Amino acid sequence: MRDEATFRVKAGLAEMLKGGVIMDVVDAEQAGIAESAGAAAVMALERVPADIRRDGGVARMSDPAMIKAIQDAVTIPVMAKARIGHIAEAQVLEALEVDYIDESEVLTPADDANHIDKWPFSVPFVCGATNLGEALRRIGEGAAMIRSKGEAGTGDIVEAVRHMRSIRADIRRLATLDESELATAAKELGAPLDLVRGVAHEGGLPVVLFCAGGIATPADASLMMQLGAEGVFVGSGIFKSSDPQARAQAIVEATTHFADAERVARASEGLGEAMTSLETSSLHGEQLLAQRGW
Amino acid sequence: MIGVLALQGGFAAHARMLRSLGAHVREVRVPGDLAHLDGLVMPGGESTTMTLGIEREGLADPLRELAASGTPILATCAGLIMLDREHLGVMDIVARRNAFGRQVRSFEADVAVAGFPGPPVRAIFIRAPWIAEHADDVEILASVDGHAIAARQGNLLAVAFHLELGADTRLHEHFLQLSAVSP
Repeated sequence: MRDEATFRVKAGLAEMLKGGVIMDVVDAEQAGIAESAGAAAVMALERVPADIRRDGGVARMSDPAMIKAIQDAVTIPVMAKARIGHIAEAQVLEALEVDYIDESEVLTPADDANHIDKWPFSVPFVCGATNLGEALRRIGEGAAMIRSKGEAGTGDIVEAVRHMRSIRADIRRLATLDESELATAAKELGAPLDLVRGVAHEGGLPVVLFCAGGIATPADASLMMQLGAEGVFVGSGIFKSSDPQARAQAIVEATTHFADAERVARASEGLGEAMTSLETSSLHGEQLLAQRGW
Repeated sequence: MIGVLALQGGFAAHARMLRSLGAHVREVRVPGDLAHLDGLVMPGGESTTMTLGIEREGLADPLRELAASGTPILATCAGLIMLDREHLGVMDIVARRNAFGRQVRSFEADVAVAGFPGPPVRAIFIRAPWIAEHADDVEILASVDGHAIAARQGNLLAVAFHLELGADTRLHEHFLQLSAVSP
C-alpha cells in the first residue's frame, strides 16, 4: 500500500530541516547564495519583510515565474508564502509544487476570521504562532510545522524570544496538569483537547518548532536554539546585511553549534553591518505583523 | 556508544529511537566526537547542507577512516547520498538525489527488506533518493518501482527511507546488533 501526503510525510520534511536555517530569498541569485552558504531550505518571496514594512500596501503571494526560477536554481526545498486564509493562493503554490507553504502574517491577511483548512492539501504548511494555543489551533487545521512569529523585518529579537518562551513555558506547564485540569487548559488555550493531551504526555508539540522574526546575528540564532527552537528562519537578516554570504554561513554555523560559545564567537567575527533594524517597542497597532492571525 | 551525525537534519528522531532501545548516543558535530564509537548513524536532511557542514568541520577524512575501520554505519536518505561515490566515496553506489520528485511526491509504502523477519516495514520516503548504480559486491536489500532503495556493503547499511519517524524499530535493532551493542 502506497500513500502520498500523509501527515507523517508532511511533518517528516520538517524533521529533515531540523538544526538548519531557512532563508528568505527574492531571486535565483540570492537562492544560489543561500544554498551555497548551507541553507536547509529557501523561502521564495518578492520582498523581504523589511521592504514590505517600508513599502506598505497589500503584500501578496509572489509571482509564480519568480518561484519557478528559484526552484530551477536550487536543489534544496523551496517554500513560498500565501496570505492567511487565501485558499486560492495556497492552491496556486501547490500547483507549482513548492515543498512547503507558509501561511504567513508577513503578507496581508485575506480572511480576518479564518485560516486555511490545510488538511486537503498535499503540500505541507508551516504557520506562525505567538503562543501555544495559537500553535495548536494551526496544527488542528493541519499545519505540519510551526514557527514562532517574532516580529518580521525588524532585526529585533525581543518578540521571537517572547513567543518562544511563551510556547515552551506553556508546554512545561501542561506536563504538570492532571486530566481534568487539561480539559480546562484546553478551554483557556482555545486549543483542541486531544492535541493538548498529546503535548502534556509527550512534553512537546507533535510537529517541529522553528523560530522566526528578528534574527539578525549568529548569536541571535544560538539564543533561539537554546530557548528551544529546533531551527531558524532568517528573513531580512541576511540579504539586508552588508555581506550576505558571510552572514548566511555564520548563522548556519551558529545554529549547528548553538551550544558552543567559542564556535558562535568565531562565527560572529568580521561580518560587517547587520541589517538596518527597528526597535519593536517603537512600533504600534497595524505595524505589528505578529498580531495578524488568531 | 553510538554516534549520530548532528550537523543538520533528522538526527533527533534517530537518537530518540536508539535510546528507546537502550543505546548510549552521542551527537557528532566535530571530528573529536567520532572517538571510540561502536557505530554511527548518518541521518536524513539536506544533502547540500550536510556536504557543506562536513567540509566546514573537516569531517570528510575522519568519516572515511571510520568507514574503513569496519565500524558499522547506518545511513538514511541524505546520509545514503553522503556515502556514495560522488560524496565521501566510501560505498560503491551512485545515489540519484530527489529521485522520486519534490515534496508533493513524497510517500509512505510497505517495503519488504531482505533479511528482516516479519511483515514489510512501513517506509517513509521524503524527497528521497534512490540508488542508480552499484558495484557487484553491494547487496540490494529492497526496491520500490524497480529502483534500489536499501543496500549493504560490508559494514555500511544505507536506506533511502525513514523508519525513525515511525514506530518500527527493526532497522535500528539490526544496526545495534551489527554494532555489537546489546539493544
